[in-house]
Amino acid sequence: MISFTLWDIVRNLLLAARWTVALSAIAFAGGSIVGALVMLARVSPNAVLRGVSIAYIEVVQGTPLLMQLFLCFFGLALFGIDVSPLVAASIALTIYASGFLGEIWRGCVQAIGRGQWEASTSLGLSYVDQMRYVIVPQAARIAVAPTTGFLVQIIKGTALASIIGFVELTKAGTIINNATFEPFLVYGFVALFYFALCYPISLLSASLERRLDAAR
Amino acid sequence: MPLVDIAGVEKRFGKNVVLCGIDLAIEAGEVVAIIGRSGSGKSTLLRCINGLERYDGGSITVAGALVDARSAHIGDLRQTVGMVFQSFNLFPHLTVGRNVTLAPRVVKRIDAATAETTARERLAQVGLAEKYDSYPETLSGGQQQRVAIARALAMSPQVLLCDEITSALDPELVGEVLVVLAGLAAGGMTMILVTHEMRFAREVCNRLVFMHQGKIHESGPPERLFTAPETPELQSFLRSVS
Repeated sequence: MISFTLWDIVRNLLLAARWTVALSAIAFAGGSIVGALVMLARVSPNAVLRGVSIAYIEVVQGTPLLMQLFLCFFGLALFGIDVSPLVAASIALTIYASGFLGEIWRGCVQAIGRGQWEASTSLGLSYVDQMRYVIVPQAARIAVAPTTGFLVQIIKGTALASIIGFVELTKAGTIINNATFEPFLVYGFVALFYFALCYPISLLSASLERRLDAAR
Repeated sequence: MPLVDIAGVEKRFGKNVVLCGIDLAIEAGEVVAIIGRSGSGKSTLLRCINGLERYDGGSITVAGALVDARSAHIGDLRQTVGMVFQSFNLFPHLTVGRNVTLAPRVVKRIDAATAETTARERLAQVGLAEKYDSYPETLSGGQQQRVAIARALAMSPQVLLCDEITSALDPELVGEVLVVLAGLAAGGMTMILVTHEMRFAREVCNRLVFMHQGKIHESGPPERLFTAPETPELQSFLRSVS
């Protein structure tokens, strides 16, 4: 029987943690792009766009991330599209993140007072220019802290990708545990690594929030 | 032909009639003060003139162009109508200079150097040339409102709408804003002001319009309206504000 040293366990978990970071980055980048579109549709003067956006947000926020992963992984296969676990997880987490980021950012945009819209309207700015020069720059300041906070949710959310067979931190933990039969030790390290990833971001979010309060 | 021609304008919020049949013609160079109790429709009327508010009946034209908030060309019209608000509404994330140059650059596509020259001139006109690089939050209320006036002037509007622009100011700051307005009036700027500053209305304005329950109840030269108000409503209003 092969024996595993502590270093074997830690090293393999660290290697797998790279995929957790990569998947988080993909989900955050994809979620930001799609989320920005969702937000723009959500605050649009066009009622149809608003309606579609609201429905999208409700569905994404009202269904478990796990189901979204299953639907992307098995569902796309039903249509003859063969997706790898990485692609399926990327799509599912992008959708998940966009539903939440879109709604977070909508709140930030709507926190900008009516006076800013009226002043820029009166100066003859078009809707696009108002968004670009007046509303979004101000909303972005408010959005920094909650957006950073949500990044933590995404990182933890990537753990579910293990269920469709994507080898990231959690899946690696399961595999190693199956070989070592030391669940407390292995999952202890898994949890520790998640914490090491998330805690600095939480600190950053809190400090950004404080700095923003002070700037008022 | 009047610069601003308001004919039979009606406006309802649900069942509540805010404006009923407003007729008002304003020639270029006129300075008109609209006075009246809160809820008389004066601010709503002002906001209809640049399409911030839609109206339900009648017509408003500015320099011959119909004001229609639903039209695709409403942006063009708004360039000819400047507006200053009670709460300043400066863009807090931009410097004073950027506040003033934003619309000329983005809307009129004027190059940066020309826009800056104009902005500095306008700021000098309101006595704030040295604040070009400051942020609005570092200015007093009176200074912020003067920047807002400079911002509106930078678009070279044909008419300037002022919606209770001294109402949010501390009493000692009101004077500096009124001085700027008086200077503009002397320079021939067409202005329509909703105001509670009766002395200013009397001394600077050509015409006084008293609104009551969504109608123009009485209008004429300020001197006559102040000394010999005809209707009991204006008499009681003047008593309550003096």
